[in-house]
Amino acid sequence: MDKIEPGQLPKDDPFGLLKEFTAARIGIGRTGTSIPLKQSLAFKLAHAHARDAVYSELDIDRLSVELKQFDLPVLQLHSQAAYREQYLQRPDLGRQLNDECTAQLNDHIASGVDIVMIIADGLSADAVNSNAVSLLKILIPQLQSAGLKLAPVCLVKQGRVAIADDVGMHLNARLSLMLIGERPGLSSADSMGAYLTFNPRPGLTDESRNCISNIRPQGLLFKPAAKKIFYLVQEAFRRKLSGVGLKDNAGLLSEQ
Amino acid sequence: MAYHHTIGKKTYQFSDLKTLLAKASPHRSGDVLAGLSAESYEERVAAQITLADVPLTVFLNEAIIPYENDEITRLIIDNHDHAAFILISSLTVGEFRDWLLKDQTDTLVLKNLAPGIMPEMAAAVSKLMRNQDLIAVAKKCEVVSSFRNTIGLRGHFSTRLQPNHPTDDPKGIAASMIDGLLYGSGDAVIGINPATDNPAQVSNLLLLTDTLRQQFDIPTQSCVLCHVTTTLELIKQGAPVDLCFQSIGGTEQSNASFGINLALLDEAYEATLSLNRGTIGNNVMYFETGQGSELSANAHHGVDQQTCEVRAYAVARKYRPLLVNTVVGFIGPEYLYDGKQIIRAALEDHFCGKLLGLPMGVDVCYTNHAEADQDDMDNLLTLLGVAGCNFIMGVPGSDDIMLNYQSTSFHDALYLRNVLGLKPAPEFEQWLIKQGIMNQGGMLVPQPDPRLLKQMKGLWTK
Repeated sequence: MDKIEPGQLPKDDPFGLLKEFTAARIGIGRTGTSIPLKQSLAFKLAHAHARDAVYSELDIDRLSVELKQFDLPVLQLHSQAAYREQYLQRPDLGRQLNDECTAQLNDHIASGVDIVMIIADGLSADAVNSNAVSLLKILIPQLQSAGLKLAPVCLVKQGRVAIADDVGMHLNARLSLMLIGERPGLSSADSMGAYLTFNPRPGLTDESRNCISNIRPQGLLFKPAAKKIFYLVQEAFRRKLSGVGLKDNAGLLSEQ
Repeated sequence: MAYHHTIGKKTYQFSDLKTLLAKASPHRSGDVLAGLSAESYEERVAAQITLADVPLTVFLNEAIIPYENDEITRLIIDNHDHAAFILISSLTVGEFRDWLLKDQTDTLVLKNLAPGIMPEMAAAVSKLMRNQDLIAVAKKCEVVSSFRNTIGLRGHFSTRLQPNHPTDDPKGIAASMIDGLLYGSGDAVIGINPATDNPAQVSNLLLLTDTLRQQFDIPTQSCVLCHVTTTLELIKQGAPVDLCFQSIGGTEQSNASFGINLALLDEAYEATLSLNRGTIGNNVMYFETGQGSELSANAHHGVDQQTCEVRAYAVARKYRPLLVNTVVGFIGPEYLYDGKQIIRAALEDHFCGKLLGLPMGVDVCYTNHAEADQDDMDNLLTLLGVAGCNFIMGVPGSDDIMLNYQSTSFHDALYLRNVLGLKPAPEFEQWLIKQGIMNQGGMLVPQPDPRLLKQMKGLWTK
């Protein structure tokens, strides 16, 4: 083999012009049968971001400070999943509060609470660390001006969506709104989901909830997300239900 | 029937066959989640020692899910080929393992035996086998299926081209499809997961792939992986349906959660067959499975996830499929926690499917919350190539931007064909050579003819 001159190593695929039609990793070229290093490292970096997001932690201190602006008590809760590896393997534990927190909630039962907001790490604490308060800044004033009474904001570590049922029931709330980190994709490690459940109580399944997904600066923006949530909240109270039945009539959701 | 085994001073009790199977299963998170797993390393081996002594005839009489309650059990028992089974009827599960590995137990013997093996027998014997055993026996099985090309021949290795797009944008899908074809991908099927099950949208995607196939006379088949009821509707409307797709499980209840039953699959199978679109074969079904789907649907009846998975193969077997694909790492870490568990499960699925006579492929894949990465997938990919797996997926750069998980890339298939000397399906290989994409030696040409792309661009400018 001749001496290798600079610039002889793989360049982008000659068919790279197809790239304008999709975000898929097409036209990435090859060296032998393999993916060129530049592309390989770009992939690795995206995976690293997703992995770091899965193991990121709910920033209780910062969230507590930022939530002060809403003048609501903030409770710190924990699921029965003690640590991340257990959380990943035992979704059942992530759906229930640990005993200590259940007792703690019993001290905060109030009558006539309309909504409890819950912020949980889910599969990406990074997502709620960076997006939850920005959304609430728009949403909470709307809810308050509609005359809705809010329960303490609950921060839940190692929480899954259904832990909102446990929290909502203990606080006697008519509706729970869960903001949670979604399973990170390769290009979306900070995607936040909002789950709304009317009359929360343990034993409910996904059909009873409405979900608004991919809330983040590069996805569904805070303002339209808050608008959708506010609409669903109003409809849930008007029709006394959430989930599949509510979704069917949510004209606003198809506007997007 | 109850089983027990004593090690030292400790006696382990296993109340019935399904408990014994679950306790003998290699460790995985899904069985722990279901509360079915062995509680110690010793208990697991005790269960394996006990299982080794169970005669295969026991499986004929002890249904792990009652006959009356489950149509999959009825399918398994009613369709069991006793004549084929006679060959191994004197063996225990342990003796069956040793017999499978013998030199004399060759491709033809295994082919004739396949209808005599019940899913639970295959699951049981796999639990006594190391990864090496699973590979060695699977390698001896040759399961060939055909539609417009021939898949599963020894020395050949195929890929499903998976050009998904988050909004089903036809241009986006076409771009990934063309990219894949230029990398020699797509001989098993060009298969699109639609973002929505909307019949009009699915129909558009079917027309897109069919147009591309006809324009370039590609000897392959296409499929949009929608629900079987959508496919039935589209067949009635005259859409170009090559293959009928459906996800299936190993219990009646899990299939109900998928919105299907055997009667519906019968109807879909007959309808697809009646179109008669295959040119060299009439295997028209494409099934996907994966360990954990029964537990996920709360429909496992106390049966471990690997045994449930093999019962799903009884469903697949009824319809002489072109492709069966176990989507092994998609379900997440609560069922298969890490690379080790995903690799083991994939080898089990491939072995059990092949033993039952199915054209097995594997979606070598993982999600971002699983303890796995590209290195694990490289290992699994290579092991499956050695084991004679029929096909894997081909996803641009491994990154499925619609389903948000990582599968194998077009490059991965090229790597495997190169290091193991494997070739695409013969008809597809000839097409790749004719188009100037691949040379006679099986290597991609350095620069495909730019005219090819120019012609392909016509696909969406029309």
